[in-house]
Amino acid sequence: MELTGADIFVRCLADEGVEYVFGYPGGAALHIYDALYRQDKVKHILVRHEQGAAHAADGYARATGRPGVVLVTSGPGVTNTITGIATAYMDSIPLVVFSGQVPTSLIGDDAFQEVDAVGITRPCVKHNFLVKDVKDLAATIKKAFYIASTGRPGPVLVDIPKDITAHKCEYEYPRTVSMRSYTPVTDGDPVLIRQAVDLMLSAKRPMIYTGGGIVLGEASAALTELVRLLDYPCTNTLMGLGGYPATDPLFVGMLGMHGTYEANMAMHECDVLIGIGARFDDRVTGDLSKFCPHARIIHVDVDPSSISKNVPAAIPVVGAAEPVMREMIKLVNASDRKPDKQALVAWWKQIGQWRAMNCLDFDRDSKLIKPQYVLEKLYQLTGGDAYITSDVGQHQMWAAQFYKFDKPRRWINSGGLGTMGFGLPAAMGVKLAFPDATVACVTGEASIQMCIQELSTCKQYDLPIVIVNLNNRYMGMVRQWQEFFYDRRYSHSYMDALPDFVKLSEAYGHVGFKIEQPGDVEGAIKEALKMKDRLVFLDFITDQTENVYPMIAAGKGQHEMHLNPCKAVVPTDRELA
Amino acid sequence: MRHTISMLLENESGALSRVAGLFSARGYNIESLTVAPTEDETLSRLTLVTNGSEDVIEQITKQLNKLVDVVKLVDLTEGQHIEREMLLIKVNAGGATRAEIRRVVDEYRARILEESETTCTIELTGASETLDAFVTAVSRAGIIEVVRSGVSGIARGENSLRV
Repeated sequence: MELTGADIFVRCLADEGVEYVFGYPGGAALHIYDALYRQDKVKHILVRHEQGAAHAADGYARATGRPGVVLVTSGPGVTNTITGIATAYMDSIPLVVFSGQVPTSLIGDDAFQEVDAVGITRPCVKHNFLVKDVKDLAATIKKAFYIASTGRPGPVLVDIPKDITAHKCEYEYPRTVSMRSYTPVTDGDPVLIRQAVDLMLSAKRPMIYTGGGIVLGEASAALTELVRLLDYPCTNTLMGLGGYPATDPLFVGMLGMHGTYEANMAMHECDVLIGIGARFDDRVTGDLSKFCPHARIIHVDVDPSSISKNVPAAIPVVGAAEPVMREMIKLVNASDRKPDKQALVAWWKQIGQWRAMNCLDFDRDSKLIKPQYVLEKLYQLTGGDAYITSDVGQHQMWAAQFYKFDKPRRWINSGGLGTMGFGLPAAMGVKLAFPDATVACVTGEASIQMCIQELSTCKQYDLPIVIVNLNNRYMGMVRQWQEFFYDRRYSHSYMDALPDFVKLSEAYGHVGFKIEQPGDVEGAIKEALKMKDRLVFLDFITDQTENVYPMIAAGKGQHEMHLNPCKAVVPTDRELA
Repeated sequence: MRHTISMLLENESGALSRVAGLFSARGYNIESLTVAPTEDETLSRLTLVTNGSEDVIEQITKQLNKLVDVVKLVDLTEGQHIEREMLLIKVNAGGATRAEIRRVVDEYRARILEESETTCTIELTGASETLDAFVTAVSRAGIIEVVRSGVSGIARGENSLRV
């Protein structure tokens, strides 16, 4: 039987196993919305702004590992998703975005709500398609899911003109895809893996540095096994948190601009660096000329263009993290050579000294609420087992530092693009995927206002998220940079005329609490966690002057960190030697 | 260093803009770019001349390979290869200059395609440097228009770029 393009579309989603579509209707997508109405396999979540749809689908994808699906109309519908698509692109998140388009006969005519969706998204998608014939629709959708979720994952856009959704053809969903121009690799070159293992085992001061590739590649178990087998220190990037259990003694914390003292010092001093599923991004490396000056570098990545892009690798291994590490484990076990025990004892002693700096410590006697304290409590009271989404800024860094993620896919944040407004819609996607889990959105009063309208979506679909708003009445990270680098000229970083977040939450039909005293923090979080059927907005009025430490300023090496002034002054290299 | 990269692209709308867009987005240079369908109408052959350090060229080839529409790619500069470019040029050819132009055309084995009272349109195919030299040689007559195709390249001997 022949089906319309719109019916084929929803059948494809159902056959692809899509659970949720995040979207917003409009003229060019109306045939599709009508087809959605007439079926019950795929659930549609109506957001309040298309950016929210993209972030929600992204949060769903990060938490589940399955592609997130977005459906929007042409023109402003699709342009509103751009920030969300770019966010997913920078963090390699599998997303399939469907946009309605004006009918093929009107393309190029500056028709109502027409925009060149394929052109405008091209720089921030892994690939995109314009469907020109209803006969190509099912195969294109299959390809879109395949491309989005294999190799280095990423967003794929499929632009569907309105007439295509009305045209009819026979429906058959392709079982397999084969594309001559797209053949992602998985296994690494065995010769290079052997060389990598030889170099790893020759290390005196090894360091394992892993990123989002571990999470995306479902490689946490393999990483944990490899690290424990070798007894080497392991650090995670912001995107890689949860890839290795944070409470494990071999974990030295996050590295980079706001990484721990021990992680950054160990990077600086290591003699063999094993980078897996990480891309040596500028927030990690600091000044490249000072990066890991003593290290020979092994780099494992599924994307060849990530290797030797910023830092040349002595041993480049193109392959997926999981199979490559499994091979490494096999080789280490089979090798006569074992890790240098004696050298490791000295190395761990040195790391222990750096760790003893207790670099994340903060002023615990303050009369004001310290943001770090809120996160420490959130971690304790959720038993470390919540899904934490975050927005972007100081609160994001504190969440990364103070919430110890033992499992992958629990830490959901916009690392690459740094998108304020990500946290709340992302939390919606996570909560839909895991309705029984605790989902908290750590945010600030500036970020939360960028997608605050989604509180309405949370009401409609009954999504009891805990919003932890660290309200310092400033764009905190901007203010911090202005304090450090612009002589305290706080140009436009102060948020005047803030809404009453408690009343605002209530207006949306939720519960809000304002917390002003450190003594009330614990009680408020407990109360919020108890209200399992309500969204609770916790508005913590925090110390405005608090900064994120440690900090590596732009142009500095990893070993040149500012530490919290409440700590001892930074020891010199000589003192550490 | 100058590199000539040759690739087979899916012959689909937008494929060329992905290649061109990659170069502008990542700040790479394009010296010239030619593209046309091959004997297999589903494929286009594209020759791109760029320059940059070895690291940059490595990134360029990796990034190009990552484009879903790029089927196969080779950096021709890594091996023996042939490069050719075509020039169409219109020059002033009134009075005494015509004889001089004919002499230069013969010397370069170029071809006069058309002549008018005052102008002469010439075709020349060859290496880019030959074309440069020819343009200089006829420039005294007064150049009206220069049209160059950009470089097309192919590997020498038994090496080939095929699916």
